[in-house]
Amino acid sequence: MKDYSFDETYFLPLDPKKHEIALSTEDLNVFYGTNHAIYDASLQFERFKITALIGASGSGKSTYLRSLNRMNDNIASAKVTGKIMYRDLDINGNGIDTYEMRKHIGMVFQRPNPFSKSIYDNITFAPKRHGLKDKKKLDEMVERTLKEAALWDQVKDDLHQSALALSGGQQQRLCIARAIAMEPDILLLDEPASALDPISTSTVEETLIRLREHYTIIIVTHNMQQAARISDYTAFFHLGHVLEFNTTKEIFTTPKVQATDDYVSGHFG
Amino acid sequence: MNAKQSDKVATGVLYLMSGTIVAILALLLLYILWNGIPHISWHFLTAPAQSFEKGGGIGVQLFNSFYLLILSMLISTPISICAGIYLSEYAKPNRLTSIIRTSIEILSSLPSVVVGLFGFLVFAVQAGFGFSILSGALALTVFNLPLLTRNVEDSLQSVSFTQREAGLALGLSRWETVIHVILPEALPGIITGMILSAGRVFGEAAALIYTAGQSAPPLDFTNWNPFYIASPLNPMRPAETLAVHIWKINSEGIIPDAKAVSSGASAMLIIAVLLFNVLARYLGNKMYKKFTGV
Repeated sequence: MKDYSFDETYFLPLDPKKHEIALSTEDLNVFYGTNHAIYDASLQFERFKITALIGASGSGKSTYLRSLNRMNDNIASAKVTGKIMYRDLDINGNGIDTYEMRKHIGMVFQRPNPFSKSIYDNITFAPKRHGLKDKKKLDEMVERTLKEAALWDQVKDDLHQSALALSGGQQQRLCIARAIAMEPDILLLDEPASALDPISTSTVEETLIRLREHYTIIIVTHNMQQAARISDYTAFFHLGHVLEFNTTKEIFTTPKVQATDDYVSGHFG
Repeated sequence: MNAKQSDKVATGVLYLMSGTIVAILALLLLYILWNGIPHISWHFLTAPAQSFEKGGGIGVQLFNSFYLLILSMLISTPISICAGIYLSEYAKPNRLTSIIRTSIEILSSLPSVVVGLFGFLVFAVQAGFGFSILSGALALTVFNLPLLTRNVEDSLQSVSFTQREAGLALGLSRWETVIHVILPEALPGIITGMILSAGRVFGEAAALIYTAGQSAPPLDFTNWNPFYIASPLNPMRPAETLAVHIWKINSEGIIPDAKAVSSGASAMLIIAVLLFNVLARYLGNKMYKKFTGV
């Protein structure tokens, strides 16, 4: 792999009058102990669009994603500086109720991680904890979210079966349903299809494309075809630096930065 | 010798070793049961012990063993669950935590007779509980707590980290995640560990000789008021357990049928411990199925 200059960057400006920004970061830096993992990442995420974060292993794309809903708070050695702006509020600030914030910024992880509860309880568990008790509303929520996640037809007769009996792809769609049951504004997905077979992957992708109507989606992916298929914008990460942010079409046809060009054409990574 | 042969030899040696262990255990069990079971009868299991004559039973001792066990589990279970949750979920990797962990390790390797003498000095003498079920239960708690805590911590740790992330990402607090997601998943392991440790506590003698005492005054099974002196539930009465009884009749017993009583009592003890183990497996599997539905 060549050494690329971290100064050669390109960021497509998004005109705030035409593009509603759901989430943005300003000079976000992430440290794990003495290891500087993310350098001054400034990105904007447009509402009701899918933004893909791509880059080689170790480029920091997952680390960046996990700091957006402050999942890095749980790692004792991690430190995140800079601003994460959500609704005119810096959610990386000190006074932020992270539990409340995570209701608005949901997350789906790399490995499907359903609770070892029934399908029904997986979806209703968190809303119940947050105070929703009405059985009818809960039933409706289960049906609506499972339909949105394209799982309803397969499980509607087994809602009280264990979620662990589902296949990997079904589990991941259940995790998506569980995340959207919270009615978040933003959905973060950390390589949601990397543990799945091709058929499950394409189902998850179709689900995401449908979800774009109601949610702002930020997805980390290893798979460039996947980014090209489903995303509107793409950000390219390299060794902790964001080198390019552009529409997905531009990134994959006429990238502005040499490193992006080499990565999307398969020269490294 | 080529790889295939050496593998065969190694496998053979391992089989032999495991076979030896199983054989020793089986012989021991068969010997005890063979000698003991003929002496077990309804009369033997319910009658009070005799001091000088033959024909005594182990009724009171059997009851004492169970009562002591329940009492000590009642004390140690909540403490060990809280300590285990703290160590597994909340403790930061710092000096204090490592001191706590080291203390637990040391405590778990203390010989039970030392725990017994400690219990005698602290609970029986200093605290003034005398030779009593309460002193015994507290001594057993000291003996049992480190292992139980370790068991709870290990069971919680065996639940995948991704489950914690799942809970947090849904806006649940760490406490909610631990109580409603992690603990239920760890419960089968915790219950199995609890029952196995109950078996160990049930057979414990050395820690009880100087705490619960070596005498079994007759009990009045018609009066269950815990404040009545001969009540079975009175926690302040001395209470010789089955294991202590076996030790005592073998070391200083003067009853003519000492050997028979000791064999019968030993068989009873072994049967109880075996039952605990079977129950632990059964309940562990059943709960795992119930909680995971697989």
